[in-house]
Amino acid sequence: MSDPSVPKPDQGMSQTKLPRIGIAYKRPKTGLGKKLRALPKPARVALVIVAILLVYALPLLELPIITTPDSDFAGVLFTMSIYVLVALGLNVVVGYAGLLDLGYVGFYAIGAYTVGMLTSAHGSLPFLVVLPIAAVVAMISGVLLGAPTLRVRGDYLAIVTLGFGEIIRLAATNSDWLGGAAGVSNIPSPPNIFGDDGLFQIPHLVWHGAEPLIDLSHKTKVGYFGVLDAVPYYWLALTVVLIIIGADILIKNSRVGRAWEATREDEDAAELMGVPTFRYKLLAFAMGAFVGGLAGALFATRQSFINPQSFQLLLSMLFVAAVVIGGQGNRWGVIIGACLVVYLPERFRDLADFRVLFFGAALMILATFRPAGILPAGRTKRAQKLRAELTSLEEGTSEGGANA
Amino acid sequence: MLLEVEGLSVNYGQIEAIRDISFSVEEGTVATLIGANGAGKTTTLKTISGLLKARTGKITFDGVDVTDMPPYDRVKVGLCQSPEGRGIFPGMSVRENLEMGAYVRTDRKTAAYQEDFDRVMTLFPRLQERIGQVAGTMSGGEQQMLAIGRALMARPRLLLLDEPSMGLAPKLISQIFSIITEINEQGTTVLLVEQNAAQALKRADTAHVLDSGEITRSGTGDELAGDDSVKAAYLGGSV
Repeated sequence: MSDPSVPKPDQGMSQTKLPRIGIAYKRPKTGLGKKLRALPKPARVALVIVAILLVYALPLLELPIITTPDSDFAGVLFTMSIYVLVALGLNVVVGYAGLLDLGYVGFYAIGAYTVGMLTSAHGSLPFLVVLPIAAVVAMISGVLLGAPTLRVRGDYLAIVTLGFGEIIRLAATNSDWLGGAAGVSNIPSPPNIFGDDGLFQIPHLVWHGAEPLIDLSHKTKVGYFGVLDAVPYYWLALTVVLIIIGADILIKNSRVGRAWEATREDEDAAELMGVPTFRYKLLAFAMGAFVGGLAGALFATRQSFINPQSFQLLLSMLFVAAVVIGGQGNRWGVIIGACLVVYLPERFRDLADFRVLFFGAALMILATFRPAGILPAGRTKRAQKLRAELTSLEEGTSEGGANA
Repeated sequence: MLLEVEGLSVNYGQIEAIRDISFSVEEGTVATLIGANGAGKTTTLKTISGLLKARTGKITFDGVDVTDMPPYDRVKVGLCQSPEGRGIFPGMSVRENLEMGAYVRTDRKTAAYQEDFDRVMTLFPRLQERIGQVAGTMSGGEQQMLAIGRALMARPRLLLLDEPSMGLAPKLISQIFSIITEINEQGTTVLLVEQNAAQALKRADTAHVLDSGEITRSGTGDELAGDDSVKAAYLGGSV
């Protein structure tokens, strides 16, 4: 008991002021986050608004270097938004609740097929009505898949979900009612409520070297969903993404987010603390499926044609890759991951067949040098830092209480 | 009686882990289950906290039959277990772990809650020093303290402790045991499962010896500590 670094239990209270308990979920901010937080609130709000407007304006600005030279940039941006949605949804399942889902493409397919069925093959409901229906159908399928399977843990869940993704694709291939191998075509665009000219028209920019010019011959009709111009689809998808990000922030900082975290870290301990872990895992699964279905529905309306080939198993792997590369558990990380997974192969399309090779190499390099992702979740970073500090302490001076 | 266990049997598949166990814990006391590795101590505790299902038997807590209650509901009636070994949330900070302990409480902004937090800080000044540290990077002893502190944050009426001395240095073991006594003196009933029989018997009001899934002896802590066969089997010949 002579060890000075182990205080006796009767000390403490009188010596130091006790910390108060904060109910708010405080996380230490690093780098950019810290600088942002230092700004006064109006400046911060203004900055966020400018950033959002900039993201909306990306396809109009046609920025050199960034813009994909060999494919329609707005189309690429649309696909990126779809993948961002998918990554956000999958992040709830994989990153927050810690459930490895390798069949996420199944929910994406269910969302897309629901749109196909209700707007083209077996009905002609308007898209804006079908969009939430598709998400809910995917969510219900998530509950149906999760209820029996979420009782198994770890690797087994990965295998079960892997099977699910394939079952959905094979069911679509073999069912004539679902369009069979030929798929579903003539899926309508979102309705053009503002007429054929849209609400108003915005010209794009053209760049002559470093000098931007307004290109009056190339305009985007705001609110008009045509076949040629992908920009309105991108805006629609981006709007959905922003709504989902908002919901994600709210839920991650709530009791639900806490319960997921506890379940992920130690399921038995979470149960002992009063968390009904099964219910929370099912909730994560359902919410992930909801967002996946939403992404699939947007994909279907832009594509106007879907078949089982659009929902290969490989897509599931790519989705998981986006989440893992970005940093599972960190919403901004998985957004970056999703963007890279889409953007890199498109940007370097001129490398022809080699682009897949380069893409694979890029993934390997990332996995080696940033194993926790491009933007690791806050606590992963903190844990790493502290572990390093502890190791250096132990190696340096042999402090008595350090190994207590 | 605060806790009554009657005819409890638990299986792991075909293997019977504990067989027809009956004992009770009176409010305000410290009870202990001692026994060798694999005797069924942890199984018994996990069944009382609800992590394991009983095959037969009945568990009554404060007059309520909790045998079929899931673990997350048992916390609400006042049964809280501190799990064996490093059963903390390794990625959360010490503070977040303690807040998780109070997950089922609805009085988070009240003085009563702050009082319980202060109590844990007073019992474990070490946790106060490390309040912002990621729990997984602390030493084994600190993690054990955190596990106990976290269980206390649920304000349990019966605290179930699973091998609190496991893997700790001798001087820390006696420290942990004096804290357990202190917790009991503050009014919490304690059921303690221990391999360290000498320390456990010294602190316990009632004690039971588990051997191959059955209770072979029961008595007060002093009685068992003075018993020759217990001495020979669990205390290395001397207390």
